[in-house]
Amino acid sequence: MKEELFVSGRNIPNIDPYLNIWHWQIPLYLFLGGLAAGILFFAGYFVVRGKEKEMKTTVKIAPIIAPIALILGLFALFLDLKHKLFFWQLYTTIRLESPMGWGAWTLMIITPISFIWVASYMKELIPGWNWKFDFLEKFEAFVIKHRVSLAWIMMIYAIILGVYTGILLSAFNARPLWNTSILGPLFLVSGFSTGLATIIWMSKDANERKILSRIDLVFIFIEIFLIVHLFMGFLAGSETAIEAANLFLGGEFTVSFWVFVVAIGLIFPALFETLEIWGMHVPKWLPPVMILFGGFMFRFIMVEAGQITRYLY
Amino acid sequence: MRYAMAIDTKKCVGCGDCVVACQTENNVPHGYCRDWIVERVDGTYPSLSLEFRSERCNHCDNSPCVRCCPTGASHIEEGGIVTVTHHKCIGCGACIQSCPYDARYSHPDGYVDKCTFCLHRVQKGQKTACVDVCPTKCLHFGDLDDPNSDVSLAIKDRSWKVLAPEAGTKPQLYFLT
Repeated sequence: MKEELFVSGRNIPNIDPYLNIWHWQIPLYLFLGGLAAGILFFAGYFVVRGKEKEMKTTVKIAPIIAPIALILGLFALFLDLKHKLFFWQLYTTIRLESPMGWGAWTLMIITPISFIWVASYMKELIPGWNWKFDFLEKFEAFVIKHRVSLAWIMMIYAIILGVYTGILLSAFNARPLWNTSILGPLFLVSGFSTGLATIIWMSKDANERKILSRIDLVFIFIEIFLIVHLFMGFLAGSETAIEAANLFLGGEFTVSFWVFVVAIGLIFPALFETLEIWGMHVPKWLPPVMILFGGFMFRFIMVEAGQITRYLY
Repeated sequence: MRYAMAIDTKKCVGCGDCVVACQTENNVPHGYCRDWIVERVDGTYPSLSLEFRSERCNHCDNSPCVRCCPTGASHIEEGGIVTVTHHKCIGCGACIQSCPYDARYSHPDGYVDKCTFCLHRVQKGQKTACVDVCPTKCLHFGDLDDPNSDVSLAIKDRSWKVLAPEAGTKPQLYFLT
């Protein structure tokens, strides 16, 4: 049936013709949150496994990035708020139904943990480091004694943080591109992969890099697998879901998604990491930079594209 | 009590009086609106059909905007009216993202603003500004729980639809068709 359709509309800034409320701040925050989650998870993981000595960069040096990333991410979130001076209201309420409320509280817990973790290694990293105050020395001794417990808590919160970066989007029923439960695991895996990439980039120990590259390869393959499933789910879905998928399958985000995210962010770095494990010489910075770029683009594109998708009525 | 609105799409001529009345009554900033007219033409010439809809917030029973608000600024008032407490809103935009009807906007002062079903008038026993000014009397407001209210009588003998019922929000704007 041929159909002619005309719908008049409004012209409210950032709402019409399609939503554009969230700009670069939210994807930057999602990226930094996932990256910090990845770094902290693997720092905790190798302590629990008792490999503190072999994985020096992972456990001791790279975690310095995590609190910095979290603070920058929080600052980006703050920039995104339109009623900035009221931001403290986030912490006077507990709203179990609100993903954003969950995220605010998770950050409130994992940021101090990341600071404590880094502080507990200061003496090993900087010889002659002195905490000046007696109670700080005592607290440090306490943390070092219970480091494995702290590692477990940190790993759990890193997973919550990583999943949350996806759930923040997937909880919005009104945006069909986001409204899929696979986004939680996908953002978690992608975040862990960017975290690993950062550690690989920082590490000077060839053996450590090899171990991390192997883990990273697994994560990249899981991520590709989840992306395939994402599109399978959409294409088997309702009209709104198919329309969301079509933005990436011939629509305006086709090139940016498949080139920047899938090719540069996943397939090429996986290839280079494999070559490196086989013993070929690959510039050390190349795969990590590609993964980090792909990870950021993935979040940027998902946030942009999701706001275009909507219910049809 | 359950406040709702019925919009007679056969009587609406799309004059836009409801939009202007709302902007005046609620001091809506220039360039924004809390209610709006959708004019929709379907079919192929010469067999065309035209529908006018005066749309606004659906004051959903299952409102995603209230669920996702991290501070509790978005909340449900008496009679199921969804409103925003301005001094609690941090302007994060989550509720704007969550609304399938795009009924919310970011006020230039920072907080999120939307239709309040003229709560301040309804509490005094008056009708909403848009209903009061409608020249074709195509808007009906009232309490769904009261079988003799304007809205209950309006939807009683007519066929009606709601927008995007598949979004699961249980919207409370009834469009008479």
